[in-house]
Amino acid sequence: MINKKHPISKILSYVFLIVLAYIMTYPLLWMIGAAFKSNDEIFSTLGLFPKNPVFGAFSEGWKGTGQYGFDRFLTNTFLMVLPTVVFTALSSTLVGYGFARFQFPFKKTLFLIMLSTMMLPATVIIIPRYIFFKKLGWLDSYLPFIIPALLGCFPFFNFMMVQFFRGLPLELDESAKLDGCNSFVILKDILLPLCKSAIFSVIVFQFVWTWNDFMNVLIYISSVAKYPVALGLRMTMDISTEFNWNQIMAMSLVSIFPPILLFFTAQKYFVEGIATTGMKN
Amino acid sequence: MLKHKKYSFEGYLYILPWLLGFLLLQFVPLINSFWYSFTDFQLLGDAKFIGLQNYKKMFVSDPTFLKSLSVTFYYVLIAVPCKIAFALVIALILNQRIRGINFFRTLYYIPSILGGSVAISVLWKYLFMNQGIINNLLSVVGIPGQDWLGNPNLALGTISLVTVWQFGSSMLLFLAGLKQIPECLYEAARIDGAGKMKIFWKITLPGLSPIVLFNLIMQMINAFQEFTPAFVITQGGPLKSTYLYGLMLYDQGFKFFKMGYSSALSWILFAIILFFTSLTFKSSQSWVHYGDTL
Repeated sequence: MINKKHPISKILSYVFLIVLAYIMTYPLLWMIGAAFKSNDEIFSTLGLFPKNPVFGAFSEGWKGTGQYGFDRFLTNTFLMVLPTVVFTALSSTLVGYGFARFQFPFKKTLFLIMLSTMMLPATVIIIPRYIFFKKLGWLDSYLPFIIPALLGCFPFFNFMMVQFFRGLPLELDESAKLDGCNSFVILKDILLPLCKSAIFSVIVFQFVWTWNDFMNVLIYISSVAKYPVALGLRMTMDISTEFNWNQIMAMSLVSIFPPILLFFTAQKYFVEGIATTGMKN
Repeated sequence: MLKHKKYSFEGYLYILPWLLGFLLLQFVPLINSFWYSFTDFQLLGDAKFIGLQNYKKMFVSDPTFLKSLSVTFYYVLIAVPCKIAFALVIALILNQRIRGINFFRTLYYIPSILGGSVAISVLWKYLFMNQGIINNLLSVVGIPGQDWLGNPNLALGTISLVTVWQFGSSMLLFLAGLKQIPECLYEAARIDGAGKMKIFWKITLPGLSPIVLFNLIMQMINAFQEFTPAFVITQGGPLKSTYLYGLMLYDQGFKFFKMGYSSALSWILFAIILFFTSLTFKSSQSWVHYGDTL
């Protein structure tokens, strides 16, 4: 793009990028290999590929803590993550539309407030929220994750949607209005189909963040029966004898699989979405 | 753009979810947290006003507070600049008509999807423990193994590596920013005979400066509150060398249930974050360039 590079420097760039890619992915490749190695082999060889592949680590590890297996932990995670993601997509779309397309009293002030809450550290409000949810009897349920999503408490996504709606031409709304559509129909039938990439980004981000969330589940979920995979994995690690490395690696692998899969499926939209939102402030 | 729109209350219908959420789940908690910080609230029982006792306690009679504070500063100071610098360099390399750019971009981004998860923390533990794979690799090239997680001088660095490993998200923003810098600026510079370094310092970096600022602020806010790796990999040890502020907040609030004291601690963290972000914003007036290009 900039100028014709000498082939040498270009080759160096490639070598660097490939070596870096190897270093970056080495931990993950090692994890995959380790899940198929016997426990004797895991730390005694350097190769990524198992010499004598064993497949028992998955079925053994799947049993989890004995009382509850990873089928339970994974189901729990989906029960927590899916509503959270759906409601986040819904609320951020509505809020984004509201801020981007309407004039109302105190709009500027409210928008500034929303922006500034993006920088409000979660740790400051975690204790009062915990006490609030406790009073409501929501502890040890997934409501502390789902309700904030429903109420648009992720200003980052609201902002992302605002920016995206702003990028859509106003003429779309105008002509639909002339045809007698009300604002909700305009959103639903005209703007929403154009928002795919932005909404995909919201979905992927929120799915990954909620899936990986550790501190909040640690605080809110106390009974093992309701453990999401993050807590289940940590518990398995803590209670298993230290020689069950391959099982732990196998289950770690299982636990990162859904976010990776989603990322690759939605990647095209996702990268687009980042590019549009990161830039327009 | 919106000027010819009617002023109406219809917009409120759409932002209503957020408005409720902001009031109930952000604003009221913020006020409550401030109030708790002046009380001896312990989850069970009532909150009794004790003035500045909590704030006094952390500076006078709680040595772990100062320890945790310094650990957190070290961590932010190592992890954030390394991550951003790394992201910038890789973005610059990827931006030169590289074949397979999508492949590399995706590969480098994967850690950012996984970074915060328990699985990665567990993996890190296995990589860096004494008989772990890193020491095995080092022994092959004849470097003596290190006690990466047990040596108080190394543990925080090992934890920071998890953060730096996730440079992909910052890198994506830099790549998007690089595409926004108009080609004509580069051409003009080349016609004027500017060298590569000069072009970088005079065109590329100023053009990217708003993104540097954005990354700096967001990464700083996150880093000050980091939790998972330190909690899972080292539990704050050895000798509290990885006892990040987030761990202390968790311990005080949800292990010892000292809600009042923990709230006070969280307000100190809030003040620190506010101080450093506004300092960054203030300083940015002299180094961030909002050209008509961005």
